[in-house]
Amino acid sequence: MTFRPEHDLHRRRFTRNLGLGLTLVAFVVLVFALTVVKVQRGEPLQGFDHTFQPALVPDEETQP
Amino acid sequence: MSDTTAYQGAGATPYEPGFGDYVQLLKPRVMSLVVFTALVGLLVAPVHLHPVEAFSAILFIALGAGASGALNMWWDADIDAVMKRTARRPVPAGKVAGGEALGLGMALSGISVVMLWLATNWLAAALLAFTIFFYAVVYSMWLKRSTPQNIVIGGAAGAFPPMIGWVAATGSVSVEAFLMFALIFMWTPPHFWALALFMKEDYHTAGVPMLTVTHGRRATRAHILGYTLLLVPVALGAAMTSIGGPVTLAVTLVLNAWFVLGAWRIWHRDESMAEADKYAVEKAFFRFSLLYLFLHFAAFLVELALKSAGMGGW
Repeated sequence: MTFRPEHDLHRRRFTRNLGLGLTLVAFVVLVFALTVVKVQRGEPLQGFDHTFQPALVPDEETQP
Repeated sequence: MSDTTAYQGAGATPYEPGFGDYVQLLKPRVMSLVVFTALVGLLVAPVHLHPVEAFSAILFIALGAGASGALNMWWDADIDAVMKRTARRPVPAGKVAGGEALGLGMALSGISVVMLWLATNWLAAALLAFTIFFYAVVYSMWLKRSTPQNIVIGGAAGAFPPMIGWVAATGSVSVEAFLMFALIFMWTPPHFWALALFMKEDYHTAGVPMLTVTHGRRATRAHILGYTLLLVPVALGAAMTSIGGPVTLAVTLVLNAWFVLGAWRIWHRDESMAEADKYAVEKAFFRFSLLYLFLHFAAFLVELALKSAGMGGW
């Protein structure tokens, strides 16, 4: 059985698919790295979670 | 029956674009200049970003510039097709459909602006969005075909990257950022008018109202000299700010003296002299203009390196 020679159309389609795939992988890696950096450099995060958290109340409001 | 035999049965095989054709839509040569100037703007800023944030900022500024390039190619496909310099671009060459260029440009515009906002700050993202709008709408759709001042006002789009780099790091605009913007803004007209002098048939054939077409070559030569002289105080001003220093000032003086000399030589020539040596002076001026901008921004980097070593700077 002989393989038919690859047409230029297939080569261009392959470069397109490969390029897009690598671009998407690189984008995911970049967003992940950016998220890690932002979280590590950011202030400690605490939000409202339906329970009283004294640490979230400003100092002046806790003074008598 | 394979894809190709199916196409062959229907007649000539249609062109199916490869990845490189889409990359060409983003004007990679322009992007390289954007990357360099934005990187300098970001590095010379007094606030330093984390390397991942800095890399992301430069990447998305470049991607935004590429997006505006794709939108420009979509809109200008008709005039690109008749100009020798641009006829091989993907849309006029029939490699990529106009609608695909529009889609890619719009998608990358949105991604680059949102990602720059997330990576740095909203002001840098807003400036990038304005730059894309300015290049695609104000320059490409409006000014380019309506006024000989197209390249003067439209040059602002190419001048924003170092300012965006600076704002990405600091979160605000300053005199240094403004002068880096002004340096590219004032450099753009003489650079493109020199090109228009020796690519003389292209703009005329395409009906683009470049200064050479509307006011003639004599006026264009005078304008090149005028704008080159106006560029000098801007370049000196940038060298006197916190991003400059003795080395930058020395480089600025040499570069501007050489640039003014080139402009003066262009102003002194007429068309018969230019025809005789096949526009050698105009071509040399155009080539030097690229080096001029590169060395100016490289000088800011050298000054930064010297400052880090306890030497350069004011």
